[in-house]
Amino acid sequence: MKRHLLSAADLDLPDALLILDTAAELAAVADRPVKKLPTLRGRTVVNLFFEDSTRTRISFEAAAKRLSADVINFAAKGSSVSKGESLKDTALTLEAMGADAVVIRHSASGAPHRLATSGWIRGSVVNAGDGTHEHPTQALLDAFTMRRHLAGGVGDLAGLDVVIVGDVLHSRVARSNVLLLRTLGAKVTLIAPPTLLPVGVELWPCSVSYDLDSSLPTADVVMMLRVQRERMSAAYFPSAREYSRRYGLDVNRMKLLQPHTIVMHPGPMNRGMEIAAEVADSPRSVIVEQVTNGVSVRMAVLYLLLGGSELSDGSNGVPVSEGRPL
Amino acid sequence: MSANQEMRPVLDAADVGRALTRISHEIVERTRGGDVVLLGIPTRGVPIANRIGERIADVVGHQIPVGSLDITMYRDDLRLRPARALERTELPPGGIDGAVVVLVDDVLFSGRTIRAALDALGDIGRPRSVQLAVLVDRGHRELPIRADYVGKNLPTSLRENVRVQLVEIDGVDGVLLGGPDEEGTPE
Amino acid sequence: MSFVLRNVRPLGGAEVDIRISAGRISAIELSGTIATDGAIEVLGAGMVLLPGLVDLHTHLREPGREDAETVETGTRAAALGGFTAVHAMANTDPVADTAGVVEQVWRLGRASGWCDVRPVGAVTLGLAGSQLAELGAMADSPAAVRVFSDDGKCVWDAVIMRRALEYVKAFDGVIAQHAQEPRLTEGAQMNEGAMSALLGLTGWPAVAEEAIIARDVLLTEHVRSRLHVCHVSTAGSVEIIRWAKSRGIDVTAEVTPHHLLLTDDLVATYDPRYKVNPPLRTAADVEALRDGLADGTIDAVATDHAPHPIEDKDCEWADASPGMLGLEDALAVVNTTMVESGRLDWAGVAARMSVAPAGIGRLSEHGRPIAVGEPANLVIFDPSASYVVDPNAGASRSRNNPYAGRELTGRVRATFLHGDPTVLDGELVARSNV
Repeated sequence: MKRHLLSAADLDLPDALLILDTAAELAAVADRPVKKLPTLRGRTVVNLFFEDSTRTRISFEAAAKRLSADVINFAAKGSSVSKGESLKDTALTLEAMGADAVVIRHSASGAPHRLATSGWIRGSVVNAGDGTHEHPTQALLDAFTMRRHLAGGVGDLAGLDVVIVGDVLHSRVARSNVLLLRTLGAKVTLIAPPTLLPVGVELWPCSVSYDLDSSLPTADVVMMLRVQRERMSAAYFPSAREYSRRYGLDVNRMKLLQPHTIVMHPGPMNRGMEIAAEVADSPRSVIVEQVTNGVSVRMAVLYLLLGGSELSDGSNGVPVSEGRPL
Repeated sequence: MSANQEMRPVLDAADVGRALTRISHEIVERTRGGDVVLLGIPTRGVPIANRIGERIADVVGHQIPVGSLDITMYRDDLRLRPARALERTELPPGGIDGAVVVLVDDVLFSGRTIRAALDALGDIGRPRSVQLAVLVDRGHRELPIRADYVGKNLPTSLRENVRVQLVEIDGVDGVLLGGPDEEGTPE
Repeated sequence: MSFVLRNVRPLGGAEVDIRISAGRISAIELSGTIATDGAIEVLGAGMVLLPGLVDLHTHLREPGREDAETVETGTRAAALGGFTAVHAMANTDPVADTAGVVEQVWRLGRASGWCDVRPVGAVTLGLAGSQLAELGAMADSPAAVRVFSDDGKCVWDAVIMRRALEYVKAFDGVIAQHAQEPRLTEGAQMNEGAMSALLGLTGWPAVAEEAIIARDVLLTEHVRSRLHVCHVSTAGSVEIIRWAKSRGIDVTAEVTPHHLLLTDDLVATYDPRYKVNPPLRTAADVEALRDGLADGTIDAVATDHAPHPIEDKDCEWADASPGMLGLEDALAVVNTTMVESGRLDWAGVAARMSVAPAGIGRLSEHGRPIAVGEPANLVIFDPSASYVVDPNAGASRSRNNPYAGRELTGRVRATFLHGDPTVLDGELVARSNV
């Protein structure tokens, strides 16, 4: 494992499997009388949220607390130069407070990268969603959920047919999923109106289609992305109704799915827009389970980044001197 | 492995088998077969627990619950090495509440693994009592911990390493003693 | 004071000695044949002698952002880079949209004495794109403005652009357009393409530049005026300009050193040092720009030297100010990208970095041949000395050097401005000593 988790591309197959396997073990902690492990006692995890996201923050908070880390929530309002403190000064403050890991959510793509590479802080940086770039722990929890339902909970996702539908252009979830699912061997198809696909998407390791209906019958997983109604005003699509008609997952489209196919959504959902309420609440929907799995996956990430030795060179490599046998 | 060449056998397969049989009988005697749960500590404690479980079943005439208890997250030396992969924790369906839990490991050394195991046990249930069975006790305790069942007391120097080999993992049964071991010596 | 430059190679040719006296070249003779005669000797040791470089595109930041650069510090950097004249861009605070502001900048340049400073006047009031600035007043002022630009912003309104092109004909002015279609580049952070898709940064499509250039060359043809295209960055733009020139349209174009060397994959670092407008493009664009500069489609290299204080770059990519330093390393970049690859000879370098920009800016004392009687605006360049760029070593007040840590080839050893050295042995010459 690298020292930071900034992008799903930071994870090779052994890393990804290590996280998923570790998460599988840690999932059991939720069922125990004492839902806590002492592993990260004395370590400080800062949740640095420049952008509101209660669900992601509490997921990381629960994960860190179950590992007995001290958690500091730092809600920094606004990021631009005109408002408030700069990222650098915030980072220096966190460093002075002794943060061992900073979980950062930011509206600017690349902000976690800046935090990790600028030399402002020494701790590990975990990207909890940056702008329209990436959200690697979301991709991990999605892969974990797929593996549980469709791959017996072990190994990779080779051969799995995953369809990701919606606003790919603005979606960090889509970017991270494409990268991670490719590492895990799944076959990904992105489906969106052409306006909501980035120029350059043709170079991504996935296929791209403008037509939802033709991709549904073979899909093992259908992941619906949140589409903000405001995109309409920037002419990405003519109306919410037209979007919903062409790209929304409704009851009729659900009938095209294979019996085992699961429906996912990173939340928060726009019911009636990209997904019909009947679909969101159907037995195929694993949307609530995604939230549960998020805690396990984030525990695994925090444990693997913070649970081991911290070396002077900042790597997680072989330590200089072997410790005494336990 | 070059390290293996410097190690000499101190127990052969037959010795290991006899030691496990003796431990099994002692467990039956001491616990009278009632409410015993065997929990092997990965890696090599797990197959040892399974073998002891089979031997006890032969004696008492019914299966007894056997599981595994990973103590990685409770270790006190986590920060001395890179974060390691977790082993499986599998509790028997009946759980451990009210049971006599016998922790099973291959080697007892500093006692820190067992300390971690006791902490882990406390977080997953409340056994009536906890006992400890090890194939080899090599001494050099750093904590006030002792084994209830010992296959072989093996006097060692701190510089030496003890390696337990099991058919399930290593393809052969035996215990080796010798010079520095690249992989370190799991207790 | 007179000087003898020993063993220099004008435009890379044979070694000669050159005498400079009274601000002009007074003799050019075979090596070793000019007597020192009380003059100060400058040993050229076979280095290349070029006419002093002329930059069409420099942000000196004064007035308004003296924390980033001043006329004094910016012209020091220019001298170190071998420049003897720079055009100071109009996007200062206040904007150089009146005779008063351009005259102030011009006077600051005269006072600094490190190189000639020619102010660029804004095309529209406050760079707002809606009302023409008093172009004639700026042209008639002592600053004698000939280049007008809203650089940083595009004169996007076709009618305003047309009028500006027409109006400057009265005083032989030129409109230097920052070609950027504003609606297509709202919130744009980097070149739109494979990298922007991957990095989740809003794209700045090549077409937003090319569409404006296409429109403007047609407008220029229609009103028979003169257009200069700032910082051409795409292969498509080169094609359009090549086409326009083939039609006889009076258009000139510049390319920056950074667009000749750097590509958009550097953005993967999210290091705002690489944020610039127009953005770094692809390797294919870089190739096309080098070809265009070599074949004369692109007339000039202009630095777009854009200093920013540390805090404007020490932040998230999206919040960072776009712009890069360029003056001090421009000639080395051109040497590394164009000369060493055989695309330009030294006469070509002189044409692109001195003669053409002086011509576009209508500077009579710069971009002249190296000949007896000509003004002694000269630079001695050692094309074989390589160096690792140290952003802290520069004379600019700012540190946003995109080449930091890179090895470049070629160093300016001496710069002469109107017969006096501003740089000797690669160091600034204290002005009081001259």
